[in-house]
Amino acid sequence: MTSFTPARTLTWIPRGLALGVLAFVIFGPLTNLGLWAVAEKWYFPHTLPLQYGFSFWERVFAPRSNAMASLATSVTIALLTVAACLAVSVPAGYALARLRLPWRGVILLAFLLPQAFPSVAVYINVARIFYTLGLNGTVAGVVLVHTVHGLVFSVWITAAAFGAVDRSLEEAARDMGAGPLRSFFGITLPLAAPGVMASSIFVFLESLDEFTGTYFVGVPDISTLPLLMFNASMGGNFQIAAITALILLVPSVGFMLVIERFLKADVLAKVGH
Amino acid sequence: MSAPLPTEAANRPAPLPRSRGGDGAPALPATRVVPDWVWGMLLVMPALAMVALFFLYPLGLSAVSAFQGRDGGWTLANVVKAFELYSLDMAFTLAIVLLSSALVAVLSVAIGGYLTLGENRLAVTLLRWLYRWPLFIPFIVAAQMMRSFLAKNGLMNNLLIGSGVIEPLQAASLLDWRGVVVTFVWKQTPFVALMVAGAMASLDRSTIEAARDLGAGRLRILAEIVVPQIRPTLTVGLILSFVTMLSVMSVPMMINPNSPTMITVDMAYRINAHGDYGVANALGFVSYAMAGLVGWFYLRHGVRQGGAR
Repeated sequence: MTSFTPARTLTWIPRGLALGVLAFVIFGPLTNLGLWAVAEKWYFPHTLPLQYGFSFWERVFAPRSNAMASLATSVTIALLTVAACLAVSVPAGYALARLRLPWRGVILLAFLLPQAFPSVAVYINVARIFYTLGLNGTVAGVVLVHTVHGLVFSVWITAAAFGAVDRSLEEAARDMGAGPLRSFFGITLPLAAPGVMASSIFVFLESLDEFTGTYFVGVPDISTLPLLMFNASMGGNFQIAAITALILLVPSVGFMLVIERFLKADVLAKVGH
Repeated sequence: MSAPLPTEAANRPAPLPRSRGGDGAPALPATRVVPDWVWGMLLVMPALAMVALFFLYPLGLSAVSAFQGRDGGWTLANVVKAFELYSLDMAFTLAIVLLSSALVAVLSVAIGGYLTLGENRLAVTLLRWLYRWPLFIPFIVAAQMMRSFLAKNGLMNNLLIGSGVIEPLQAASLLDWRGVVVTFVWKQTPFVALMVAGAMASLDRSTIEAARDLGAGRLRILAEIVVPQIRPTLTVGLILSFVTMLSVMSVPMMINPNSPTMITVDMAYRINAHGDYGVANALGFVSYAMAGLVGWFYLRHGVRQGGAR
């Protein structure tokens, strides 16, 4: 921008060094994962893989492979979780945004609880309860666990999204004779849709990446992508683990790049209030 | 994505009878048989019921089972056994989580501080682009990355050897407590830094400018003006991170599976190998106590701060 005096150039040495170290720390592990995904042969003490190739990709993406089955299970569970979360949190979010509720703060806080307690022991006991109900090892059981975990995002963000809708538009619709349901589905919900969508994406990703709850409640029949990755990694199959990890990474990083389009500042400012 | 609509409609018949009353406006008395808050509670109820049934009930069950024997009578045997077998792991867990939180605090203040006070536009932009990457990367993927990155033949050692920083014989695996701390800090710093940077950006710039005019250095401005004002945000971020680190089972399982390890791994072991719910729940109780201690510290701190104002 300005002239390159020697002093100015010198300040770039510590700055560049710090940014370089940060970039290495952040992208080093990612690069390592990428290398493992295309490595055919790689062992100590070789710095880089001895042979590159895609034979493990063929194995992972074979139509009847475990990975594809796990991916299908993961996506099914995540979509059902989104549906369950929306079913309870759209009404709840609307009530929290628009109606006068006693103990509103306490109710909001209640949805944070599942994320505010160390969860392993809770999942152990959920699995114990589900065992007596026959829900262990079923998609429904895993969906319930994921839903409770995702509620904080769906309720808080939906409430913020409804809160950001201009109240006078609803009132205008009501003055023109629209009933509450009609004004909700015709005015409020469409205007709040980007926020509701953002909350759904959060819930979807939380469910897709969830490990601990599925580990306890899903055994022995449900294998999601994170569980498959875990088993591949513990079994020493780093290529399969790396490829599965990359499949899990794509939606997460993609979301990071588009989140600002869905979650506008006016909604963001209202989250948790 | 069309699935939710029918259930949603089934769940919301509640507002129907209120059709002629405005939400906030005083309605005609005749249609206001049921007060506003009842409809509100009815709408909130399904979501609250989910939390009560599938979180609060198992949580209560876990706390109660920690003090119950296999015959159902009250006993302290589980807790005693948990401490006998795993007191080292409890200390190890607390140490790892506290150390990680401290590192997260320092790094996130440094990142937030540079984003707020940095004078070079290009460097600030680069940093803003760089630091967020781990935020949305799942814990289990982060664990797998670090498992290969920090291993003896991982990319880190290879590059350090290649650039001559260390000798090949010095290459050591970091897959023990250090690996767990590195993974936690790597994953949690962007989260806290995002919160901290947001709080710093909304500060009143005039005090910062005034201090700068008086000749205060940037480090001093950060430590004495900026950090004290954003301390509540920093604390909340650190507490959420603390609890998250106590809950994550995949990272210690994949990076540090051998003893001493974190109590999350021990809980899974008690269940999978022994079906021992008593000791697992006693360990769970210890983890609640650790989280509770932090929460108590925060509340006390918050109350004191409120009193000082």
